[in-house]
Amino acid sequence: MSTRETAEKRSLWVDHMVRIHTSRDRAAFAELYDHFAPRVKGFLIKSGADASLAEECAQEVMVTVWAKAHLFDASRASVATWIFTIARNRKIDALRKQRRPEPEELTWGPEEEPAQADVIALQQESETLARAIAELPAQQRALLEKAYFGELTHSEIAAQTGLPLGTIKSRIRLALDRLRHAMK
Amino acid sequence: MKNDIKHHITDQMLMGYSAGTLPEAFNILVATHISLCDDCRAQLASFDSIGGAMLGADDDALATMDTGSLAAVMERLEDCPSGLTERAPSTRSKTVPAPLSDYIGDDLSGVKWRNIGMGVRQAILPTSADATARLLHIPAGVAMPDHGHNGTEMTLVLQGAFQDDDGYFARGDVETADADVNHTPVADIHEDCICLAVTDAPLRFKGLFLKIFQRFIRI
Repeated sequence: MSTRETAEKRSLWVDHMVRIHTSRDRAAFAELYDHFAPRVKGFLIKSGADASLAEECAQEVMVTVWAKAHLFDASRASVATWIFTIARNRKIDALRKQRRPEPEELTWGPEEEPAQADVIALQQESETLARAIAELPAQQRALLEKAYFGELTHSEIAAQTGLPLGTIKSRIRLALDRLRHAMK
Repeated sequence: MKNDIKHHITDQMLMGYSAGTLPEAFNILVATHISLCDDCRAQLASFDSIGGAMLGADDDALATMDTGSLAAVMERLEDCPSGLTERAPSTRSKTVPAPLSDYIGDDLSGVKWRNIGMGVRQAILPTSADATARLLHIPAGVAMPDHGHNGTEMTLVLQGAFQDDDGYFARGDVETADADVNHTPVADIHEDCICLAVTDAPLRFKGLFLKIFQRFIRI
């Protein structure tokens, strides 16, 4: 799949979320499911779930996507990132049997539709990030994957000098400045 | 106040929080700090987007869904009404941010303190056993005993301030001390200091008396 096609597909997912939210569009949900459910299940298996628990949790994650579609904000996260956070929380709940303390929600001023320019900027930045990660040397990528998907503890993360955090940060301009600006 | 925070969460800890691999006690501290700190909130969003990029990648992480999986999920969608946008009121001005108030209540005055000597009081939070979260109440001007660390200790100031070799820590600031750090934190003289301290291994105190005493206070 070419980069351009990938980018088009990713921005499509935002449209899918809008359709799911505004018109409870089941066809859009089915397509989103076909793309993301196997990825969520794979993530959970890598995190230590057996196949049947991973299947069960992946289904629950996708039901949550449907139920909480109104909370997705395309100016703050890509669809993949948003689904990742839901899957991660499910993982902590189901695999580690722990509560997940969450930061207080920010009040983002008067409720309104996110500006289209912000949505485009955020989705483009997500695309750049995905490409930067895909282009990492195999070893660095494997480390990053272990930190996110495997059970690398925080002390193990701290000991991994090969983790390409600096590389990633210097190569991409993430939403940092924009986010800071938005939160003032 | 939010712009005064000078000591932040390390990248390793933010990444662990994003990946969901930290013990519950550390998650409480990270979530509490982020409730007070926009810089770390934005930084966390970056780490989450790394997770998202890896989840969305076309690679070997794909698993095959069971036969009939989609149909089963579609069935369950019937029961899910479309939710309304809910907006939690900001509680930034409160002494106890929401992630912490889930454990100790809305107000520090409701905490059940236990004396541990020298006027210092503590309250241990109910968390999973892989790390310990405790509130410490240190009277103004009092020094904690000089100690080292077997693992990681993170300390978040909720009220007052303390000083040690690494700097001055006021509300919202986080000190992260690893095994190579020995320190003697001293509470600022102007106000009693209340901190959330999280450890994943016992501290190392100097002197036999403290070593014995330590067994009784679970530090």
